[in-house]
Amino acid sequence: MDDAIAVRDLVVDRGGRRVLDGISCRVPRGAVTGLLGPSGSGKTTFMRAVVGVQLVSGGTVTVLGQPAGTPALRHRVGYLTQAPSVYADLTVRENARYFAALYGRGRVEADRAISDVGLAEAAGQLVGTLSGGQRSRASLACALVGEPELVILDEPTVGQDPVLRADLWARFHAMAAAGTTLLVSSHVMDEAARCDQLLLIRQGRLIADDSPAAIRAAAGVDDLDEAFLRLIRAGEAASTSTDATAARETA
Amino acid sequence: MNARILAATTGRILRQLRHDRRTIALLVVVPAVLLTLVYFMYADQPTPPDQPTTFDRIALVMLGIFPFVIMFLVTSIAMLRERTSGTLERLLTTPLGKLDLLFGYGIAFGLAAAVQAAVAAAVAYWIFDLETAGSIGLVIGIAVLDAVLGVALGLLCSAFARTEFQAVQFLPVVVIPQLLLCGLFVARDQMAGWLQALSDAFPLSYAIEALQEVGAHAEPTGRMWRDVAVVFGAVVLALVLAAATLRRRSG
Repeated sequence: MDDAIAVRDLVVDRGGRRVLDGISCRVPRGAVTGLLGPSGSGKTTFMRAVVGVQLVSGGTVTVLGQPAGTPALRHRVGYLTQAPSVYADLTVRENARYFAALYGRGRVEADRAISDVGLAEAAGQLVGTLSGGQRSRASLACALVGEPELVILDEPTVGQDPVLRADLWARFHAMAAAGTTLLVSSHVMDEAARCDQLLLIRQGRLIADDSPAAIRAAAGVDDLDEAFLRLIRAGEAASTSTDATAARETA
Repeated sequence: MNARILAATTGRILRQLRHDRRTIALLVVVPAVLLTLVYFMYADQPTPPDQPTTFDRIALVMLGIFPFVIMFLVTSIAMLRERTSGTLERLLTTPLGKLDLLFGYGIAFGLAAAVQAAVAAAVAYWIFDLETAGSIGLVIGIAVLDAVLGVALGLLCSAFARTEFQAVQFLPVVVIPQLLLCGLFVARDQMAGWLQALSDAFPLSYAIEALQEVGAHAEPTGRMWRDVAVVFGAVVLALVLAAATLRRRSG
């Protein structure tokens, strides 16, 4: 089966700075793929490129077999922005129903999305009066309400308590088991272990693209945090030696 | 455009308004209070025989100006909030069409303006004995069209504002010149040629002239219909330009 997302040589410049520098990778269907990297590494820009709202300088992004941003994809892709983007002056239910209506879904789907993110009791509350964690779950409900085939989630679990975080990850895996593809970003390494597949980016470059087990094996350590550190160091050593070789050749 | 999405968007904007009781109160009460001020300002002014009283002349024009100015401001801020809250970017990743959003604002605020204009007109006609040759229904209809003009220009201008401060400054830039030259202060045919040319280029001039036609003639005149058509054309033009400035992709 073909991939949900195929990215080739993606280059993005923002504000005169190269944010993504030649990324090529694939995201398999029906799995949870983690997009890991420190703050400022280009995770959000990568996700925006997949959703089709990012101006790109080069490369191609193919989503569900079509170029990213194709109008038909808007029915099939759900996007959760990093900052909660819901209407603070509407209730959770009104928000969910509005986004449901955009995807041609009804009240049943809206209520289900709300209870899936654990907000059933706050459904009648104005989003502006919710806590930060609740607000981002309200935003998540609106991303899931259209039952998209591909879900792009930018840091969905930030600020959630550990129990809720575990619930949300269980929910993501249940969705993947039902055939949905999820791309989930995080800067917390302990979430990396929960993913089926990992993409690690740092300073706009792809450092690792494999399953957690394969990444652990390649680095020769059990701890993913340590494994990433070794991969980064190995990458830096390689590029320094290439630079040195190039410098010698020029001289 | 899609009827279901347009209806959902209009409903969502009206629901946001409904949660903001103070704004509703201000929308309904402020024009009536200002008309009261105008009434007492001109209460003791002598009127030449066979001419409309100064209050009749000014109040009629005010009935068109209030909705225009207020809806311009309300729309500029509402659209800016869509941008800064991230909801706009999210909406543009959903099946919602740009015109669904823009017409949604036009219809929702147009409905709010209809209530506002009906209350203001009721106060003007029944408390302050405003007299017009034409019907109150036409006056309200033109006032609503003026409101929609304000919405359309507000949507267009909001594309050029990055902050609330900038958005508010578009009032003196876009609205006040139209107020000065619309014929309220100096009759249009008594202005210098270049001012007349400017006045001819401003849509509000036609909106005010249409109201004055209703004030002076018992039956709708050809000039009134022409003016209404010009304002309607300006609304469509502003909405199309606003759609063109709404970019799904950004840097």
